[in-house]
Amino acid sequence: MRLGSPAFRRLSRLAPMIVLLLLAASCGGSADYPQSALHPRGDFARLTDELFTTTVRWAAFVFVLVEGALLFAIFRFRGKPGDAEPEQIHGNTTVEIIWTIIPALILAAIAVPTVKAIFKTAEIPGKDALTVEVTGHQWWWEFRYPEYNLTTANELHVPVGRTVSLRMGAADVIHSFWVPQFAGKRDVFPNRETRIWFKAEEAGNYPGQCAEFCGIQHGKMAFRVVAEQPEEFKGWVEHMQTLGPEAAHAAATPADSVRTTTAAAVVQQKSPSRRKPAAAQPAAAADTAKAAAPQPATPQDPLVGTGQKLFLTKGCVGCHSLQASNAPKGMIGPNLANVGARTWIAAGTLPNTDENLTRWIRNPQQWKQGVVMPNLGITEDEAKALVAFLRTHR
Amino acid sequence: MATTVLGQDTHAAHGAYGEKSGLWSWITTVDHKRIGILYGATAFFFFLVGGLEAEVIRLQLMKANNNLVSPEFYNQLFTMHGTTMIFLAVMPISAMFFNFMIPLLIGARDVAFPRLNAFSYWVFLAGGLFLNSSFLFGAAPDQGWFGYANLTSKQYSPGLNVDFWTLGLQILGVASLAAAVNFFVTVLNMRAPGMRLMRMPMFVWMSFITQILLLLAFPVITVALILLMFDRFFGTHFFVPSGGGDPILWQHLFWIFGHPEVYILILPAFGIISEILPVFSRKPLFGYTAMVFSGAFIAFLGFGVWSHHMFSTGMGPIADTFFALATMLIAIPTGVKIFNWIGTVWGGSIQMKTPMYFALAFIAMFIMGGLSGVMHSVAPHDLQQTDTYFVVAHFHYVLFGGSIFGLTAGAYYWWPKMFGRMLDETLGKVHFWLMLIGFNLTFFPMHLVGLNGMPRRVYTYQPGLGFESANRLETVGALILGFSFVVFLVNVIKAARSKQRAPADPWNGATLEWSIPSPPQEWNFAEVPTVYGRDPLWEAKRQRGGPLPEPPRVSGKGIHLPNPSYWPVVAAMGLAGLMVGLMLLPKIGPWGMIAGVAVLLFGVYNWAFEPAG
Repeated sequence: MRLGSPAFRRLSRLAPMIVLLLLAASCGGSADYPQSALHPRGDFARLTDELFTTTVRWAAFVFVLVEGALLFAIFRFRGKPGDAEPEQIHGNTTVEIIWTIIPALILAAIAVPTVKAIFKTAEIPGKDALTVEVTGHQWWWEFRYPEYNLTTANELHVPVGRTVSLRMGAADVIHSFWVPQFAGKRDVFPNRETRIWFKAEEAGNYPGQCAEFCGIQHGKMAFRVVAEQPEEFKGWVEHMQTLGPEAAHAAATPADSVRTTTAAAVVQQKSPSRRKPAAAQPAAAADTAKAAAPQPATPQDPLVGTGQKLFLTKGCVGCHSLQASNAPKGMIGPNLANVGARTWIAAGTLPNTDENLTRWIRNPQQWKQGVVMPNLGITEDEAKALVAFLRTHR
Repeated sequence: MATTVLGQDTHAAHGAYGEKSGLWSWITTVDHKRIGILYGATAFFFFLVGGLEAEVIRLQLMKANNNLVSPEFYNQLFTMHGTTMIFLAVMPISAMFFNFMIPLLIGARDVAFPRLNAFSYWVFLAGGLFLNSSFLFGAAPDQGWFGYANLTSKQYSPGLNVDFWTLGLQILGVASLAAAVNFFVTVLNMRAPGMRLMRMPMFVWMSFITQILLLLAFPVITVALILLMFDRFFGTHFFVPSGGGDPILWQHLFWIFGHPEVYILILPAFGIISEILPVFSRKPLFGYTAMVFSGAFIAFLGFGVWSHHMFSTGMGPIADTFFALATMLIAIPTGVKIFNWIGTVWGGSIQMKTPMYFALAFIAMFIMGGLSGVMHSVAPHDLQQTDTYFVVAHFHYVLFGGSIFGLTAGAYYWWPKMFGRMLDETLGKVHFWLMLIGFNLTFFPMHLVGLNGMPRRVYTYQPGLGFESANRLETVGALILGFSFVVFLVNVIKAARSKQRAPADPWNGATLEWSIPSPPQEWNFAEVPTVYGRDPLWEAKRQRGGPLPEPPRVSGKGIHLPNPSYWPVVAAMGLAGLMVGLMLLPKIGPWGMIAGVAVLLFGVYNWAFEPAG
């Protein structure tokens, strides 16, 4: 097939269509791409996104110019049979100097804002920032709020409009903390503290994911960041501070039951309006999880008591704490103090439905082969009781 | 010695390199052309293996939460895909061209150390087999081709997987270093009279710079691998944080090797393109001197940018600034190369033959990869790009759109010289269009899906994140891309069965290899040529006022050539045996290793005292 052949002409007519299709596939809004770096919702991500936009503009300019020159040359200087030997040019110093200097200038135009941004992003947040200690585990995330003496897992709550300063480490191997809409990645290491910061601009539920290969289940080491208005965040903190073994024992008291309902309502409100409705997109499991956020069994339900006994006897307590406030450090498994209210389980990879939670408790290895949590030989009925018990922890 | 009949028309394929034939002649060969073909055939086999691994990866990622392969196997697949493509495919395919073409291009009869050359190949083969044998034990390396500590520690990778990797790469490193010494000396010492450094064909220049990179970069990875080996086998703690070691140390060592390695993979393709573009534009290379020095500058800078792979580790603003700016700097000599290639084509009389299609597509695709590379150098935003599919897109535009397109161009260009048969032009162009379309369908959407938040090295992804449509498209592209190489294979088989012999100079070439018969006789040049300029063959044709006569196949009587030897094979087996022995250390004690060392020493001893003939 020669470049001038009909087949090529047909192809070249198709090419713009393919490009258009690709662009159409890429230019969805943030609702279609909730984990996208192209839709910043935090100051850090916005800063780097602006820098990226500048770079892409220059790159597009260079791309069109150079690819254009190449294509032009290919079509313009096509040899025909019988053509004489073209002029034998070995180079041209002037031209060569020009095309060394121009790229250098373009790079300088990119380098200046880059260096500025490097120093800007390396700033250490002030004292008014909310410090969160992040620990990466194979394959889940632990979050501690030293200011409130709170611990939670896989779902990080942050207030809108206040800088969050993350001080991070790893319990085992290297991981990387990444919530694209708020900030770039920062690797987390065993025995070394790394930091990053961001300030959420609007409330919502933002997905994040481990970005450094960390073993067999690196693919299922996600998490969520729940950004909420300061007063809601305050409410969440105050509620979390009541969660502990004592609170669990008192689950039957009416006061706690009221609190639980309020918390559930807050969770419901957090569903951001930017998302498509669940019905329109069944694959958007995030929304399905929200819509189906199961209500806890009534505190009187005997199942809860059975579940509590099982939780203590089946070995769950060996790895999981139910205490958000003043929680023990160094637990092997995620803190479960508010597991009943979380939107996802299994480190952000399964919607938190009763059915999924039951399946997970019975056979975690099926969904997440190699996960530290073993199959404990729990029966369907036992799992249901455990789910009922865990649902009261919200 | 060969007694080829003058003007012989039909050769049996095995007789193409003189009268020696049969398996034994290939095992004991020290002929750089045969070794080149061995490299090429082996590397192409591994290329197909690596390609197959890629297809399975693509099928697994075709839809969200797919269960085609287990996470364990997926991690083995992407680790072995990367390791295979880099160490067992692209590098040795380049080595095929170094072997076959460097002596021909500089007017030499062989490389400087023919037996060392054979040793390199056999060690490479042993290393490739050693690595891939891990699949038989269900323990293929699964920690990524970059093998970041401390995931590679005994605690977090207790299986044999990482052992296969760290020992296999050490074997391959020996092969690469031996070959690098050989070609370094060959280029410096074996050039024909008049072939000054600044008259060398650009492929020889780029290959020469590649050898320097190999010589400087491979010791670093070797050190890192040895430290890792000690951590795993003998309980040291170089990279183990609980023992006071530092996993960051691994990253620095790895990328001090790893970034120059990128140029080791791409510079030979730069060289090939710089040979093809002038020939098919009927116009000399534009800005030869600038091309040489930009290549050297790229290689030099390549050692000063390694930490741009590590921006997300939080090195602090000073280090980030240094490595960001150094990385941007590389764009300048790279730009010079691209502009000079376009300048070569500009004003030429372009002959659209298959090698030219691949060469021009190389430029077009490499521009893409170069521009996304500049985007990585914008360190604050690299925090978003790194470890996502955006990076996967970038380096496939450089290593597939660049290296593989360039090497394929080279294969079509030099095929007639290497095998004495022409590849079919129509099939070649079908191969080209399928490859170009399949390649872009596979890798272009990766830019977008990466920026939209899809990390690398994940065996699956969740629905609702917007990754599905791009991944489906990529899988379709990958299947087309895979199929394009079926077309290439058909083309190769067709050429092999063809009775039509290739002429000595099918493309109106400019360099010395086209002055001798296709395929060359064992001694390459019956008479060592004298070189008076940069495009010696064009000069000769100009002086004659037309094409040169078909060179006769001559009797090589009186031409001294090195004798075949099997000692390099023995030594290579000893080296591989040492590593196998290390794997078996817990089972049989040190005896395997002792046996390996004994065979190695026996081989080297006999090699050293082998009569020259």
